[in-house]
Amino acid sequence: GKNEYDLLVIGGGSGGLACAKEAAQFGRKVAVLDYVDPSPQGTKWGLGGTCVNVGCIPKKLMHQAALLGNALKDAQHYGWNISQPVHHTWSVMAQAVQNYVKSLNWGHRVQLQDKKVKYFHMKGSFSDPHTIRGLTKAGKETIVTAENIVIATGGRPKYPTHIAGALEYGITSDDLFWLKESPGKTLPVYCPFILHLSGLIVCISLTDTSPDVSLECAGFLTGIGLDTTVMMRSIPLRGFDQQMASLVTEHMESYGTKFLKRCFPTKVEKLESNRLQVTWKNTDLGTEEGDSFDTVMWAVGRAPDTETLNLETVGVKTNSETGKIIVDASEATSVPHIYAVGDITEGRPELTPTAIAAGKLLARRLFGQSSELMDYDNVPTTVFTPLEYGCVGLSEEAAVQRYGSDNIEVYHAYYKPLEFTVAERDATQCYMKMVCLREREQRILGLHFIGPNAGEVIQGFALGIKCGATYRQLMKTVGIHPTCAEEITKLHITKRSGLDATVTGC
Amino acid sequence: QEAAKYEKKVMVLDFVTPTPLGNSWGLGGTCVNVGCIPKKLMHQAALLGQALQDSRKYGWQFTEEVKHNWMTMTESVQNYIGSLNWGYRVSLREKNVTYENAYGEFVGPHTIKATNKRGIEKLYTAERFLIATGERPRYLGIPGDKEYCISSDDLFSLPYCPGKTLVVGASYVALECAGFLAGLGLDVTVMVRSILLRGFDQDIANKIGEYMEEHGINFIRGFVPIKEGTPGRLKVTAKSTTGNQVIEGEYNTVLLAIGRDACTRKIGLDKVGVKINERTGKIPVNDEEQTNVPYIYAVGDILQDKLELTPVAIQAGRLLVQRLYAGATGKCDYLNVPTTVFTPLEYGACGYSEETAVEKFGEENIEVYHSHFWPLEWTVPSRDNNKCYAKIICNIQDKERIIGFHVLGPNAGEITQGFAAAMKCGVTKEQLDSTVGIHPVCAEVCT
Repeated sequence: GKNEYDLLVIGGGSGGLACAKEAAQFGRKVAVLDYVDPSPQGTKWGLGGTCVNVGCIPKKLMHQAALLGNALKDAQHYGWNISQPVHHTWSVMAQAVQNYVKSLNWGHRVQLQDKKVKYFHMKGSFSDPHTIRGLTKAGKETIVTAENIVIATGGRPKYPTHIAGALEYGITSDDLFWLKESPGKTLPVYCPFILHLSGLIVCISLTDTSPDVSLECAGFLTGIGLDTTVMMRSIPLRGFDQQMASLVTEHMESYGTKFLKRCFPTKVEKLESNRLQVTWKNTDLGTEEGDSFDTVMWAVGRAPDTETLNLETVGVKTNSETGKIIVDASEATSVPHIYAVGDITEGRPELTPTAIAAGKLLARRLFGQSSELMDYDNVPTTVFTPLEYGCVGLSEEAAVQRYGSDNIEVYHAYYKPLEFTVAERDATQCYMKMVCLREREQRILGLHFIGPNAGEVIQGFALGIKCGATYRQLMKTVGIHPTCAEEITKLHITKRSGLDATVTGC
Repeated sequence: QEAAKYEKKVMVLDFVTPTPLGNSWGLGGTCVNVGCIPKKLMHQAALLGQALQDSRKYGWQFTEEVKHNWMTMTESVQNYIGSLNWGYRVSLREKNVTYENAYGEFVGPHTIKATNKRGIEKLYTAERFLIATGERPRYLGIPGDKEYCISSDDLFSLPYCPGKTLVVGASYVALECAGFLAGLGLDVTVMVRSILLRGFDQDIANKIGEYMEEHGINFIRGFVPIKEGTPGRLKVTAKSTTGNQVIEGEYNTVLLAIGRDACTRKIGLDKVGVKINERTGKIPVNDEEQTNVPYIYAVGDILQDKLELTPVAIQAGRLLVQRLYAGATGKCDYLNVPTTVFTPLEYGACGYSEETAVEKFGEENIEVYHSHFWPLEWTVPSRDNNKCYAKIICNIQDKERIIGFHVLGPNAGEITQGFAAAMKCGVTKEQLDSTVGIHPVCAEVCT
């Protein structure tokens, strides 16, 4: 028979919603299925996907709360009289963040309605290549058929189930942003005489596939006054430029986050006091250590949400190692008329803007006579750690690997944001570098920036790199004074020269 | 400093004529002492005041009453400036540049007379000269102005809190100062003769004014002061520009920000034949910064028809020296120079304003893409929904090349810098569309 819908999207997140809304613009009959399985701790949320509910949005807001804590300290240097003590109350922040997220959930529902996209609050699975079986929480079943199907179910945090107690006692980012009460006891920010005994949290990253999550969370938790420790088995921010990664963690260490490096946990137990006892192995010393915490948060990677989709029935191929859906340059899976976008797809960056862009372009190709494919090259990104790190293009290591160290030139500089001067803030890790091809025009291969507002700084330069910007063109660009971003247009010391790369004077 | 790299014998003469109120400062020029640097720091102090308010919504708790101490801030700012003055002196010394704190004026061909603070005169000769004397704030020329009014030359080191302030002028200096003074909790009024931010995109200029008004800054439009008097508390009498209405107001401080005049009239330029624009005092130069006298060059704020910005001056100065002594040919590129106005709602711009684009290319040949946006960080404190704004002006006839970029919002300078670089590469709308945004930041609204 005829299919009910032109397009059915499974997953109402960044990629799914963008695709659905774009398709609806072409006058097509579109439906979206969205359903959130509660986390092991019972947390669930509304329409919008990871970014809106348990990702970018609440993360950036809590990061902002932490930055505002810094601002309070800075403000005193700038003449503002704030009397001690200064406290942070988790529940006020969490409530505000959660309210905003809920307004976004609502906004998405309204948008779908406005654009005449049918919304099913159901969990979908394949019956055949054009048929989806939707199941409500109550167990009611609905069969939906569609000409084209897009899988955009994203991912969920992994649990290290091989560690005793991990599942019962640990939380993940899925839960952190929805906690009503503080994950640790709050320490008054400027009280030098209270011992740091209470309020401990551990963010554990084992395999570093979601490396930024643990650092970002640990960062803002520290910033709002909670005693936080990060446990890592190997290197932080795998896949990112490693020099920049170590500057980021160095800063976090000087900022107050504790690090247990080259350690991995072996078990988690609950104590009588309701705190959690974590035992771990220190691979450097070969010893076993332990300590008690209020909360243990796992950030050991995300797993694609494909288990209940029934992909085997229709023959959609997935990567045997990662479990992600294999797609080609046009987002097509191994089965005709079935596509996938976003975090669920193999080999793509796990970012909201790429999912949105890919989803939109897919809809335009399917229904709008476009042939434009998604360009995954030179996608800029930012890690929102206490000192932010923004980058676009190749890391130094990747550039060296691809072109050879003789064929690349790296310009770099340590700088001090003007606002840090009066605030007497440490700018040791404020650093930037530009990786270029060494030949004549010196095309820019990668740009890396650590400092405040890193995302704002990098965005425009990402555009420049998309246009094939060269070092010379950048040097002809006049700086805006006084900003941090202008230092990029003034980069002139190369790593090769060995000269001191500290920016001096105006 | 650039010339010294090429082992030339270089001397710098720097002297600051005290303000009518007796203020002076060290080496470094306007930017360092009475411009960009103290301005941005005080702007930051004001932003931090806002941050304090926001932080409560994010869960931070502290006493309800928070007051600002002008002296604490000013002392910190002046200390930092002092370190920069010192840094420059050390830097010149290290690079073997001779420095004299003396007032220089031409007395004959290739000859300068330098007079120091104590009146001692010395003569110096050189093969080439570079004039970079910049500008100083203009006064109104009405009774009481020099006795009772202050300018930006005095504001940043004012040894007392300015209190209830009247800012006369609608330049970016006026609006930036009014902005941070209000942000620190002071009662501020801005007296504007006609329009805001002349020369800037007027659509955005109006948005900036609106935002400031909504945030408690009073504007008196269409008036000019005609008299200032009575020390202690100042009484200002102003007359309407369109009628005969006269109003009076009382303030603790009157800050004049009505423009700047080039320091070219008293440096003996007539003795060596350097032509200046008689009306503005500015020096016309060719595209290699050379005046009509071959061995005399000029850079910075004193140049006619060039932008009054620190980075432009620096770039022009460096390139000039490289052409003179290193055989380079690169000229200063004055096209698409980005700038930022640090008003409470910051404004970053590069390229054409909408009006000038329409004028140059014709309305039918340009396309303007625009959007309001709400920074994520402002959602929680429910602040200023739909005030931030971004617009891009494209030339339809040239592949929709981006010829104007405007953003009104927090960290406008940081956002604009990269887009300026992209414009230098000739970015088109299509390339902009295919650039992925960073999420969640304000700048992504532009992609």
